[in-house]
Amino acid sequence: MSEAAQPAPAPRRKRRRWPLAGLLGGVLVLFWLMMALFGPMVAPHEAGRIVDMDVFTPMTAKFPLGTDYLGRDMLSRILHGARYTVGVALLATLMASGSGLILGMSAAVWGGWLDMLVSRCLDTLSAMPSKMFALVVVAAFGSSVPVLVLSAGIIYTPGAYRIARSLAVGINAMDYVRIARARGESTAFIVREEILPNMTGPVLADFGLRFVFIVLLLSGLSFLGLGIQPPEADWGSLVRENIGGLAEGAPAVLMPALAIASLTIGVNMLIDNLGGFRRRAGGEG
Amino acid sequence: MKDFALARLVAMRLGLGLVSLLLVSLAVFAITSLLPGDVAQELLGQAATPEAVAGLRASLGLDQPGWLRYLHWLGALFTGDAGKSLVNGQPVVALIGSRLPNSLMLAAATALVSVPLALCIGITAAMWRGSFYDRLVSTLTVSVVSVPEFLVATAAVLVFAVHLRWLSALSSVSSIDGIVSFLRVFAMPVLSLCCVIVAQMVRMTRAALIDQLRAPYVEMAILKGAGPVRVIWSHALPNALGPIANAIALSLSYLLGGVIIVETIFNYPGIAKLMVDGVSTRDMPLVQACAMIFCAAYLFLVLAADLCAILSNPRLRHR
Repeated sequence: MSEAAQPAPAPRRKRRRWPLAGLLGGVLVLFWLMMALFGPMVAPHEAGRIVDMDVFTPMTAKFPLGTDYLGRDMLSRILHGARYTVGVALLATLMASGSGLILGMSAAVWGGWLDMLVSRCLDTLSAMPSKMFALVVVAAFGSSVPVLVLSAGIIYTPGAYRIARSLAVGINAMDYVRIARARGESTAFIVREEILPNMTGPVLADFGLRFVFIVLLLSGLSFLGLGIQPPEADWGSLVRENIGGLAEGAPAVLMPALAIASLTIGVNMLIDNLGGFRRRAGGEG
Repeated sequence: MKDFALARLVAMRLGLGLVSLLLVSLAVFAITSLLPGDVAQELLGQAATPEAVAGLRASLGLDQPGWLRYLHWLGALFTGDAGKSLVNGQPVVALIGSRLPNSLMLAAATALVSVPLALCIGITAAMWRGSFYDRLVSTLTVSVVSVPEFLVATAAVLVFAVHLRWLSALSSVSSIDGIVSFLRVFAMPVLSLCCVIVAQMVRMTRAALIDQLRAPYVEMAILKGAGPVRVIWSHALPNALGPIANAIALSLSYLLGGVIIVETIFNYPGIAKLMVDGVSTRDMPLVQACAMIFCAAYLFLVLAADLCAILSNPRLRHR
């Protein structure tokens, strides 16, 4: 009896070993998430305090990432900026993926005219290039954190919707969902217990991808001077304000750029190696 | 009969594109004009008398209902009148007209360089897939695709203008007096744009070709003893032409995003720089017109991509 039961949990307990790239990506993402939460606490200086007479200094023991164009400590500026780059993008991604998931799920489960209506509306939205939409919104409403979160959230909803809808439509046609329906389960139960658990993997991967897109969009806007406004600064604005140091190859302009790259490439490496997770999630259903 | 069905499919796609453009114009207009903020008040400042504001509102047509203003705006746009800039009072069409050729030149030069380059890299990577070369290409393209465009452009400036001193970091089109100065002005923006576009295009080309290489007929050709070059050139590539053309058109639509950053960073006098300046000064007629040009270009490229897919895929043709 016990021997017969034993092989069953074994494959589940055997964890897939994560490839090095996935692990590295996970560490990078976790690090920046921590910095977004606690960055200002561990930063050696205040973000706006001018601490050095020299501008664009190279890396020294006193200022590990050098100083910026006004002589402010770059390490502190980047740690403070993490809140804006990671935090704002995370909020916008939660909004985009959340509304995409809810709309996609409803469209798949109820179908009919609701599906038609939502699909057509979101198709129109995706007929505009993302940067163009953001520029038009910023031109009209000015630039502030709520405007940035909302517009990035809206821009990337259609993509999240399309993924969620196609996944849910596929699962909705599965036998176990039809059986649950025949059992007389409520729609809420079917969505919660049958459909959602079977799409977590791909939805998480899509969440990561959308996060990268939004980080790129928002830092691009900030770089144009149309994103986060001074005195606050995200990494895009840090590159912008220190661009004068480019000719000297100052760390003040390279480091924020590297921070963005490490974040986005880290997320990419992480989701590329989510494959095992996705398969496992699909297999358990 | 078949040709008729195909023509209908193409016509439907064209119609859909037009409808999208119309809806986009509605969205652009709605976002930029139906705001609580008042253009007339903003133009005259806080000290203006209510009568002056009302007068300006009437002369700008702001006292009319929104849908009527939209129709007026759309009609004027069709006849080539995009209104006057709120900042310097010049006709928007003249402002755009002086900048558009520069942007088109930049886009054309980029396409001319990046398409052949991307095809070569993409096809060779698919041919030797799994090799060190392929993995190198994949890693590089993923890295370029997942960092912001301004990062690529800054890195290009750092390498080619600061360290190697081959090129100048600023461009001014007026100072062109020969092929050398032409190259010096164009090289940096084109190079930065190419990095972004080539990475996109290589990924898509490689994926399209590998998709074909997985098909049973390729296995058949290999079993019959065809070499790798023959399999690619005579079997896979002709079938992948449609998907690759689709990939090229889609990647070129990334030009629109890239060109905004690149024109700003190099201070290139193109239409994207014009629009970014318009956004910072909140010059609505200018922003509206530029946005419509960009959206129309984007929709055109997506449409071209779809048409390539329709015309090259017999399954889509007969559906």
